[in-house]
Amino acid sequence: MNFDPSTYWEALFSWPFLRGALLTLGLTVAAHMTAILIALPLAVVLNGPPSALRKLITAYVGFFRAVPTLLQLLFVWNALPQIFPIFREEWFTPFLAAWIALSLNESAYQVEINRSALSAVDGGQMAAGQAIGLKRSHIYRYIMLPQALRVALPPTMNEFITLLKLTSLASIISLQELMTVTQINVARTFQFSEYYAVALTWYLVMVYSLMGLQKLVERRFRWSSRTEAAVLAEARRSRGW
Amino acid sequence: MISLKNVNKNYGAFHALKDVSLDIAQGEKVVICGPSGSGKSTLIRCVNHLEPHDSGEIRLDGLEVGAAKDVLKVRRTAGMVFQNFNLFPHLTVLENCILAPKLASGVSDREARKMAEEYLARVHILDQAWKFPIQLSGGQQQRVAIARALCMKPKVMLFDEPTSALDPEMVGEVLDVMGELAAEGMTMICVTHEMAFARKVADRVVFMDAGRIIEVAPPEEFFAAPKSDRARAFLSQISH
Ligand SMILES: Nc1ncnc2c1ncn2[C@@H]1O[C@H](COP(=O)(O)OP(=O)(O)O)[C@@H](O)[C@H]1O
Ligand SMILES: [Mg+2]
Repeated sequence: MNFDPSTYWEALFSWPFLRGALLTLGLTVAAHMTAILIALPLAVVLNGPPSALRKLITAYVGFFRAVPTLLQLLFVWNALPQIFPIFREEWFTPFLAAWIALSLNESAYQVEINRSALSAVDGGQMAAGQAIGLKRSHIYRYIMLPQALRVALPPTMNEFITLLKLTSLASIISLQELMTVTQINVARTFQFSEYYAVALTWYLVMVYSLMGLQKLVERRFRWSSRTEAAVLAEARRSRGW
Repeated sequence: MISLKNVNKNYGAFHALKDVSLDIAQGEKVVICGPSGSGKSTLIRCVNHLEPHDSGEIRLDGLEVGAAKDVLKVRRTAGMVFQNFNLFPHLTVLENCILAPKLASGVSDREARKMAEEYLARVHILDQAWKFPIQLSGGQQQRVAIARALCMKPKVMLFDEPTSALDPEMVGEVLDVMGELAAEGMTMICVTHEMAFARKVADRVVFMDAGRIIEVAPPEEFFAAPKSDRARAFLSQISH
């Protein structure tokens, strides 16, 4: 076998790979957060009564789902500066370009997840919130969203993992994320298996940490099962809520 | 306290309320009955503007129902109890009760808790205050829903078939709480087919059919000698 463990271990904790992994994670978190922030109000509108705005949002979602992510990345990085001179400045980095492109792209998918999660909340909840005299923003903040989050969490986590892997596309606009660093090292040394294994390790670490995080968040939804709700209620009572 | 004048309501092409007029005085208890689909829920949901009416006038404690600026005031004046309880499942019983007072009335956390405990005690469920709704029986959940509505200190209570979703052995505990509330002088509109409750508590019974009020009479009169054929047919059906 032709695998050099020392190359693997050295590269695994080397600064370029660490930095690449951090960039990958950072870009994913930033793009996904932004996507969710864009998608939430859009989903609330889609969940409401029919309006012209709703048609516009549907068109937005359709558009960003139809265009390949790679094309969006290339467009933002190469074409945007041609159209708007402001993007020719120093501050417009590959990271920023990837952030913009991936956020827009991901928001289209997240809109649908959030919309269906909101509509999965029992219709009586909205009526109950209205009947006790809460305003719309409070109903969403304190009643609809906490319940919708339970439904949205698993598909959102799937999206996050997909996005994490999609960031490797940004190597084409020379962002030094994990796959770019890997390619550079492979091209220099032809030690394929060692460096691919390093990249694989970091992707696995990131995805599994995330799944651990998901488990922690899911603990907040114990109210939805009778036995677990009993445990949670008892624990809170003994703490003196 | 509540007045409806020639109220009409459409769902698309369907005419759900037809020229409905009704006056309810402060402290009065009115029971609404009638066949399924006759517009009973629509009527009481128009009173607190959960459903906007299309024409006519509804007034609640001097407020014009439907005026955009008073929507929240109207809803805080009327408490509502639903057939399916509609408790907030992610909040404990106590949190269900203090949510609106804290957010809408700007009451402090401490005051809101004190008030919630008072009302939970009044519906005989204070000992479950720390539980989540899913841990409670239907009857218990409905009593919490009543306490939650009372925490906004409403002047009127609207009940939409509050016992229809309950197992028979739990109907009594909810009706008892409603009877106590009535005895304290609360103005109430209650959609229900519990005729014993109507006899005991109601000042007037309103019978609806096909979106219209067909008959309004004191319960003794209504049950003993309904004037309309439709009310007679309806009563003979539900007494089986
Ligand atoms: N949101 C709605 N959209 C369309 N039709 C409705 C809606 N709500 C109620 N209806 C119709 O209006 C009629 C009256 O309904 P409702 O007031 O719920 O009757 P009840 O409470 O007396 O059973 C029914 O025929 C029902 O199908
Ligand atoms: Mg009904």
